[in-house]
Amino acid sequence: MCLAVPGEILEITEEDPLARQAKVSFGGLVKPVSLALLPEACAGEYVLVHAGVAISVVDAEEAEKTLEYLREIDELNELEDGASP
Amino acid sequence: MNGKPAPAIACPLPLPDQGHITLAHGGGGTRMHDLLERVFLKRFRNELGDGQTDAATIAVGEGRLAFTTDSFVVDPPFFPGGDIGSLAVHGTVNDLAMAGAEPRYLSAAFILEEGFELARLEQVADSMQAAALAAGVQIVTGDTKVIERQRGGGIYINTAGIGVVRPGVALGPGAIQSGDRVIINGDLGRHGMAIMTMRAGFDVDTPIESDSAALWPEVKALLDAGIAVHCLRDLTRGGLASALNELSASSGRAIHIAEDRVPVLPAVRGVCEILGFDPLHVANEGRFAAIVAPEDAARAVAILSALHPDAPAADIGAVTDAAERRVTLESVIGVTRVLDMLSGEQLPRIC
Amino acid sequence: MKYMDEYRDRDAILRLAEAIRRTVTRPHAIMEICGGQTHAIVRFGLDQLLPDEVTLVHGPGCPVCVTPVEMIDKAIALAAMPDVILCTFGDMMRVPGSEHDLLGIKARGGDVRFVYSPLDAVKVAEENPGRQVVFFGIGFETTAPANALAVKTAAARQLRNFSMLVSLVLVPPAMEAILSAERCAVNGFLGPGHVCTIMGSEEYEPIARKYRVPIVISGFEPLDLLLGIHMCVKQLEAGRCDVENQYARSVARAGNAAARALLQEVFEISPQQWRGLGPIPASGMRLSEAYRDFDAEGRFELAGVVARESEECISGEILQGLKKPCDCPAFGTRCTPDRPLGAPMVSSEGACSAYHRYRPALAPAQTGECA
Repeated sequence: MCLAVPGEILEITEEDPLARQAKVSFGGLVKPVSLALLPEACAGEYVLVHAGVAISVVDAEEAEKTLEYLREIDELNELEDGASP
Repeated sequence: MNGKPAPAIACPLPLPDQGHITLAHGGGGTRMHDLLERVFLKRFRNELGDGQTDAATIAVGEGRLAFTTDSFVVDPPFFPGGDIGSLAVHGTVNDLAMAGAEPRYLSAAFILEEGFELARLEQVADSMQAAALAAGVQIVTGDTKVIERQRGGGIYINTAGIGVVRPGVALGPGAIQSGDRVIINGDLGRHGMAIMTMRAGFDVDTPIESDSAALWPEVKALLDAGIAVHCLRDLTRGGLASALNELSASSGRAIHIAEDRVPVLPAVRGVCEILGFDPLHVANEGRFAAIVAPEDAARAVAILSALHPDAPAADIGAVTDAAERRVTLESVIGVTRVLDMLSGEQLPRIC
Repeated sequence: MKYMDEYRDRDAILRLAEAIRRTVTRPHAIMEICGGQTHAIVRFGLDQLLPDEVTLVHGPGCPVCVTPVEMIDKAIALAAMPDVILCTFGDMMRVPGSEHDLLGIKARGGDVRFVYSPLDAVKVAEENPGRQVVFFGIGFETTAPANALAVKTAAARQLRNFSMLVSLVLVPPAMEAILSAERCAVNGFLGPGHVCTIMGSEEYEPIARKYRVPIVISGFEPLDLLLGIHMCVKQLEAGRCDVENQYARSVARAGNAAARALLQEVFEISPQQWRGLGPIPASGMRLSEAYRDFDAEGRFELAGVVARESEECISGEILQGLKKPCDCPAFGTRCTPDRPLGAPMVSSEGACSAYHRYRPALAPAQTGECA
């Protein structure tokens, strides 16, 4: 369900709450997207877009944590490799 | 078997559109192939036209002619990077080029709906003239019909083309050999996504330009350089995936490609991700696959890339000896899976 | 593309698969709820990287697949009405109803249009004041707010010619239906990341506790999915049953407050029929009292629509994770994406379609394990 793609907010083009709208770039393809569900999202942030509507702001700090978790797993792998010949 | 009808488990199926043509029949996928088999090839098949190649080649005196036709119904008729007029020239000259033939003469037949603006018709004709000039063909005969208004002022064009096959050139699936390399002449998906983003409801600020172009100069460059080209196929409806599946089926050989070697522009990828399309299934109008001998692959890539450095060619895979005659793809994460033909019409998925 | 490419890194994926192999000591069956996750797993071939002990079971999270045949028949009946423009998402166009699909009705002159967003259907209504525009609003919690936004926008602009045929479903009741079934074979879940961007991860905490099952809210990229599987396997090995959030970059515990408030305003919880699963209480949404005027079922005469399902299709068992697509005798033979018997073969994220597209070698009915 629910194909949703992250894109970068370039500029907010409409501030009326129900019609709040932004230009969002997906790999350089720029498209108007509804920001009605994200009253606080601002330009420069990445949002997850589903069916023409942005549904959440991508949290850069949390994204970094996920990649950190991966690095921890790597260290664990190496540690175990060291322990068992 | 006693000749009785099979029990209900085999049939009847709830075939939604058994009795009517739907858009899926025109999508270039399996539905269309079924239709060609069932209605046309069953009746029209002969030694010259077997439905396996883009153009028929006919012996005339000492030489050979290539002959082909194509109809154009693109909606919208004007799109970034071209219009129905340039497309109608490119589509047909490219079918000739894929047979290794130098395009010479075209016919052009117009079906116009009442209400179509004259100024736009002139715009289409201008663009056909320019495309024909650039492709080195002459439009030598034609026809015009006007039909009652249907979807609100449309234009449809049929072109047929004649080209001259170079002596000694015999391209086709039959010439494909195990070990051959698969070369594509540039990034994929621009035309299909240019059209898709023009359709109502999908506004974009930065239009994607169609890749529509005449391919003979590229084919000529390969042949002039003496590249051992075994087969050419343009990557129109159904995209690379459908073209390779057709070649695999008609040559009886397996093809394996690497997903991460297939160039796709970031913006094209962006739309594909948004709509849930696979760029390998998206239509192109200026892209082709060349199946060439392995020792000539690097040279072929260099020759094609030199012709348009902004869209470099790529060696994306090989014809193999695998027992199963199908197309496989190594995904970006390194796992091999089957790459099949587009089924039905490509529809955006939301979910 | 940022937030996509870094989660498709080949080396990281192989290292993560190795970490999963090292963690596993016994068999586990993990269900990915969401059809988008199924699609990614099969498209990238992630299942082929997993150790034999880990089996992925495909869940009912494809909204196209679970939309009841009766609603599709109603959409078809609406599309056949001369003054109606029926708008819907692309992949709804090919879902078989009892006798036809929407593409077939379009071929016979019905005005059926696919749109990218429900808001685009509102635009169609504004541009065609003389005609009735119906949006066939299907979806899970992810899509429901976009549908709600369309209805609220139409109301604000006083568009009398816009209405919605609503078939919205909720994930938690379906998970409970699967978990309380007699033959449930699921040990852990990858939770639906995009649904949770709206509803949050907290909704899943009571389910994890009640059924003692680990639930890891997961994203949709290859690394997200493998990380989700790794986290789930670790819980199963340790005997834990918590809700964990792998997809924290997009999912907050409480979800999206504005979206939840909008859903509360425009819709209300209702009983819902699921194709393949049957009726599930309190598992759907319908328009609330305040927006009832926009309900297409009230606006048009649809009482005569009678639905009939294919008898051969085993989509019910597939959607519950009891069988895999290649266990079906019709798979790849009498049922293909071109001629589907049931919805999981139609939708490109349906489990049957995903199997058919990427793994046709498995197509003929095979005995035993089909992985």
